[in-house]
Amino acid sequence: MAEYALKVRRFQPESGEGPYWETFDVDLDPTLSVLDGLLQAKDRDDGSLSVRCSCRAAICGSCGVRINGQSALACKTQIGEAMEHANRNNGERAGGARTNGSQSEPIVVEPMGNMPVIKDLVTDMEATHWKKIRRVTPWLLPEGDPPEREYLVPPESMIDITQSMACIQCGACVSACLSMEADPDFIGPAALAKAYRFVGDPRDAETTERLHDLANDPHGIYDCTHCFSCIDACPKGVAPMDQIMRLRRAAGAEGIDDANNGHRHEDAFASIIEKKGTLDEAELLQETYAPGVKGKLMPRPSAIKGLVESIPTAVRGIGTGKMRSLPKLIPGIHPKLPGDSQEQVRRIYAHTEEHSIELNLYIKGEEAEGDAPVEEGAAVPERAVGPEPDEGEAPTGDTGPEADTSKGPQGTEHGQADPGPPESGRPGPGGAA
Amino acid sequence: MSYAYWPGCVSRGFTTELHGSMALVSDRLGIELIELDRANCSGAGVIAEHNQELADTLNARTFALAQKTGAPMLNICSTCQGAQSECQQRLDADSEYRSHINETLAPEGLNYDREGFTNKNFLWVLVEDYGLDNLEERVQRPLSGLRVGPFYGCYILRPRHRLGYEDHPERDLYMDRLIEALGGEVVQYDGARKCCGFPVVTMAREVSLRQAGTHLGDALDAGADCLVTPCPLCHLNLDMQQPEAAKVVNRELGLPVLHLPQLIGLALGFQPEELGMRRHIASTEWVEERLSAETAPAPA
Repeated sequence: MAEYALKVRRFQPESGEGPYWETFDVDLDPTLSVLDGLLQAKDRDDGSLSVRCSCRAAICGSCGVRINGQSALACKTQIGEAMEHANRNNGERAGGARTNGSQSEPIVVEPMGNMPVIKDLVTDMEATHWKKIRRVTPWLLPEGDPPEREYLVPPESMIDITQSMACIQCGACVSACLSMEADPDFIGPAALAKAYRFVGDPRDAETTERLHDLANDPHGIYDCTHCFSCIDACPKGVAPMDQIMRLRRAAGAEGIDDANNGHRHEDAFASIIEKKGTLDEAELLQETYAPGVKGKLMPRPSAIKGLVESIPTAVRGIGTGKMRSLPKLIPGIHPKLPGDSQEQVRRIYAHTEEHSIELNLYIKGEEAEGDAPVEEGAAVPERAVGPEPDEGEAPTGDTGPEADTSKGPQGTEHGQADPGPPESGRPGPGGAA
Repeated sequence: MSYAYWPGCVSRGFTTELHGSMALVSDRLGIELIELDRANCSGAGVIAEHNQELADTLNARTFALAQKTGAPMLNICSTCQGAQSECQQRLDADSEYRSHINETLAPEGLNYDREGFTNKNFLWVLVEDYGLDNLEERVQRPLSGLRVGPFYGCYILRPRHRLGYEDHPERDLYMDRLIEALGGEVVQYDGARKCCGFPVVTMAREVSLRQAGTHLGDALDAGADCLVTPCPLCHLNLDMQQPEAAKVVNRELGLPVLHLPQLIGLALGFQPEELGMRRHIASTEWVEERLSAETAPAPA
């Protein structure tokens, strides 16, 4: 048993007062959870302390909160670890010394972010989370009449979406989302991960329409700022940002030229590196907004607006000497890599664009440290059971009805029907869709 | 100590003052840099969004080039660190996949071997390898009186499991400690570990600039004289786009944003113009004034 201080951000709407902080001293084993601590405080000190919870085992997704600023499930966060974190971070950020000369810093517990607070640690999940989930049409849209019995699909064609199916709708990723902080209309990590769950489902017939919708919405897949916050927040390893990137890959593979210039940006970036090896920023700007301006394509109005908006920045750059030389202003005058390096980069492009292998570690699992310290290139155990991901064997869609090779995990592409239990303590693919 | 040095694209493009100040500072600190001039762009997460295998192979090529030098790899771009660590995680996790990628590298005579390979950004190198005590001894002009807000950037903070936080749980405090080692005062503000917004500046311009503007405003409200960042892409949104960000958040900003080597360079005694500080969009004069006020003899 040990003593902990829980500093809770409280709010009672009926009081007419604003939110305030209250610290509760609790006494419990360090391996018990922050939720256990909150329930002890509620039991011993103040029965009105409100927190939503049910299973206490990271299954139901009810007890999402922010602990020391980090969005998480209160039941999945050990109180001893939370105190270590508080001592390390809150202590140092408060100026190095412990405040009040006490043994430790309090564990700070707040309601989730990006959503309204109903009372204390209870947030309104309907106002943001569920509204956004419904935005992505979170149900199957199959073609034609339903079959007499269940839909039959090869099991391996479903492996790809197990990671997004593991979501328990706790809202921790929504709470942590930095794009949503700046744009409350952003569809957000939970809903977009859910969208991938249907985009990647071989039974769904509206894949293209879904992708067009999410790519063209200004608050859709190209509104994600790639900050990784949702990945750290998710208690189930869904890695919502990775699912958003897969949606972008799928949209790109569909050739969707979205109104947000997202695909153009990605295409322009990749082709500049193929040609030059390092980034030519001036060319990236031009090609993002007006690809092929010297030739084939006409920029669309939104692109012209983007280009015009970037001009003041460029002009200031010239003024201060930041962009002091011509090569940085004129797209196209950017040196290639020396020697035969540029040729090698081109060769890598040609080779990998044939394969587009996608390795999903959630599904494949990580080899444990020292598990397979093999000589590079030597045969390894898995190779004996799995076909070789060798050149020439383009991962075609022979395991699923769609020929979209970009979205299948390696396990699927190479026909391994059973990915096996995820290793190294990862949460298993489970939970209902 | 020597490192295989990957400067990244932006430090040689829009933020040449970063590459230049790094050369001065590393030389003064006795850190030898072997520049990987044949290496390619890390992809900044964008190439991985396009084709994951392509991004992994391109970065394995950089790692293999670094390994050929026999020295550990060092970068000065957080975005490169994040993009490269993501690829490294996949390469290191799966020997079969690694062999497949190495087959692609073989015609160039390159091979990535995960044993003993490390790739660290300058901040991690300073704290973990060089030592802040060692750095402190070389300080010529302590930054006393200068209130510095750290801006970490997402790519060296998250996701924690990929970025070595299990072995180094305090990596999200290194900037604070570095500022203190240089004699400066750390300013705590809300945005220190948030996103600058740069990755979506061409796609969701207003959302992007609102992020930059909000963090700059928060730092000003907390009394910062300047920000310091280890990421040149954050620098683009926080400094180069600062006047645009000011319009979006509808307030005056004018907060200098220094690259990490520039802040260290000032403490080592270099002049602002040597460190390329005059090339910034947000004027750095205020930083210079603060420092000269502190070092000037007290009036009689």
